Amino acid sequence: MIPVSWYLLLSAFLFACGVTGFLIKRNIITLFMSIELMLNGVNLSFVAFAANLGALDGQIFVFFVMVVAAAEAAVGLAIIISVYRTRETLNVDRVNLLKL
Amino acid sequence: MKLLFWQPWLIPILPLVGGLINGLFGKRFTKSVVASIAIFFTGASFLAACVHAYTLLHSGADALETSYGTWISAGNFSADFGIYLDHLSLVMILVVTGVGFLIHIYSIAYMEHEGGYYRFFAYLNFFMFFMLTLVLANNYLLMFVGWEGVGLASYLLIGFFFLKDSAANAGKKAFITNRVGDFGFLIALFLLIQHFGTLRYVAVFDIVSHFPAETAAGFLTAIGLLMLLGACGKSAQIPLYVWLPDAMEGPTPVSALIHAATMVTAGVYMVCRSNAIFSRAPMALLAVAIIGTLTSFFAATIAITQTDIKRVLAYSTVSQLGYMFMAAGVAAYSASIFHLMTHAFFKALLFLCAGAVIHGIGGEQDMRKMGGLRKYMPWTFWTMLIATLAISGIPPFAGFFSKDEILWQAFSSPHSSKIFWVVGVITAFMTSFYMFRLIFLTFTGEYRGEQPKAHSAHDDHHGSPHESPWLMLAPLVLLGVLSVIGGWVGIGNRFEHFLAPVIQTVSTEQSVAQNGEATAAPVSEGEGAGESKGLENLLMAVSVLVAFSGLGLAWFLYVKHPELPERIATASGGLYRLVLNKYWIDELYSAAIIGPLVAFSRSVLWQEIDQRVIDGTVNDSAVAARDVSQIIRQQQSGLVRSYAGWVVAGAAAVVAYMVWMGTR
Repeated sequence: MIPVSWYLLLSAFLFACGVTGFLIKRNIITLFMSIELMLNGVNLSFVAFAANLGALDGQIFVFFVMVVAAAEAAVGLAIIISVYRTRETLNVDRVNLLKL
Repeated sequence: MKLLFWQPWLIPILPLVGGLINGLFGKRFTKSVVASIAIFFTGASFLAACVHAYTLLHSGADALETSYGTWISAGNFSADFGIYLDHLSLVMILVVTGVGFLIHIYSIAYMEHEGGYYRFFAYLNFFMFFMLTLVLANNYLLMFVGWEGVGLASYLLIGFFFLKDSAANAGKKAFITNRVGDFGFLIALFLLIQHFGTLRYVAVFDIVSHFPAETAAGFLTAIGLLMLLGACGKSAQIPLYVWLPDAMEGPTPVSALIHAATMVTAGVYMVCRSNAIFSRAPMALLAVAIIGTLTSFFAATIAITQTDIKRVLAYSTVSQLGYMFMAAGVAAYSASIFHLMTHAFFKALLFLCAGAVIHGIGGEQDMRKMGGLRKYMPWTFWTMLIATLAISGIPPFAGFFSKDEILWQAFSSPHSSKIFWVVGVITAFMTSFYMFRLIFLTFTGEYRGEQPKAHSAHDDHHGSPHESPWLMLAPLVLLGVLSVIGGWVGIGNRFEHFLAPVIQTVSTEQSVAQNGEATAAPVSEGEGAGESKGLENLLMAVSVLVAFSGLGLAWFLYVKHPELPERIATASGGLYRLVLNKYWIDELYSAAIIGPLVAFSRSVLWQEIDQRVIDGTVNDSAVAARDVSQIIRQQQSGLVRSYAGWVVAGAAAVVAYMVWMGTR
């Protein structure tokens, strides 16, 4: 049996990758993928605890997260397409119309 | 109790259906279809009223109450959609539907050349609906709905020719003046709720029957006075009578139906319906009598000098309504309703005849340009003569019986003082005088008008004064018959006995309070029979004499010596101008009330409160929000990744805090 802390370490590593990617990349699609990475990092810790504690709650939460992530992906990609059509760029730093 | 046919809701709903059909789809119908719909539903309503009259009178009950479910329920208070049919509302619905039906028929021909034919009939039907709601309601709140509804219908119909400024303004004037009265009525309703917790007639009158008559001014007096204010607005009494003469801007059938026969009597109906309250508030009752007497006198004096045929009739209406209030004010409620009924017949007839005259000579309303019309329109002349004889109180026409009853009550009632009778008799003289002045100016002598100009697009038979089509004459004749025989129901006090169940008798002593029972010794009005009978006959002779002397004077001045009125007018100079200009009441109101109100609204309410305070608050808060945002927006760099960085930093701080808390 693999100890739960290993899973947590992997989960934390994935999450950290996501955060780092989100902070340093400029391409919106990359940011999007980083978000997915963060979500899945969290999912991993959910299932790890669920298996460890023998409770189903964690797994159910994972399903919720996946559903929300799917919805978010649909909306997000639509926004990205729309942003690209109007701004002709995928660089987040240049999507700053509201800036003073 | 088994009733043959009991669906009283039909009576008000039928005209509503007619009004809805015409109002919503009438534009697409031809004129004859519109008229048929309106006539059918009003006729059906009249029929229903007759059937229910028969049912009620044969049921053996004095009153029947039917509820169609709760309308409003709040805490202990509730109001029903309920119908209360007793002898009083029975008289009212028969008058409203009967006279209304005849006037609908008359309007078919009268309105034929006017635009908005369907609109006219839709409004008329709506009016019927609201008026019937008013008189059939079983509680004051529903009555108030009808009360406001007839005000609305009246406004719409006065302003029917809305392209004419004067008509639009007259409509507004009527509506706004009525608001003042409605305000009083509404407060009276609040007081009723506060003191009795209900507005249902039966419940209110039952509770109030346990009160003694107030000797000092108490809340019953307050309720009575506020109701009187409401009644003054609707029934055009001093000080709120100013709207009625202007309401003559509406089409003549409207003047006949709404501003003579039915709606303006709503105030009288309300006072008589609330007799249980008024009888226990002698001061309010006295106020009713004083206002009625004053109004009848002043309006009659104004009517003498007016030259517009409809305005004479309008002031005459105000004056006759004053009579009804006088009667109600001396606690002779049945006499008041009796006069209401006969007045509905002959005044509707007078207006319809005036309409026929105006119609026949192409829209002229100035009596100085009429004259000699008798040979052109004999039917109109004879029916109008009947109505004039009726309103002047000449036996055996309808008005004689009711007016004589009022004068007798004013003389003999324990609530009255002789001064009311004196003023009433003088007014009766003036009534007879100005009505025959109208007849002589209009129908006798030579025709003084120009060859009438054609009105609207229809000029094939408008060459010279002409008689109206039979559709207009038939209602005239029917109303003429009613104006003759309508008063006979009052012979031998039969009408009074008919209404007796509606009137609560009140003893003026405190004994009511002591035994806590409503039924104090009933005041029998015909007691001391022999002596008072002789007196009554004497007074009757006086009032007939007065009516004939009014006739005689009118004949002397306008037929025998037609140059005299001019001379008298110049001789009396200032007085004549004062009366001709209606005592400058309109000018007084506009200087004393309307002017300051407009100035106040403009300078304070509009420019200060509205523009500075309200608009200022809104604008200033917007400016403040903008200024604050100007500062805060500096934080928004527009760099998504820097926002994310802040989020991460925040999350890290939270985690650090929790770890730190966990390790403590």
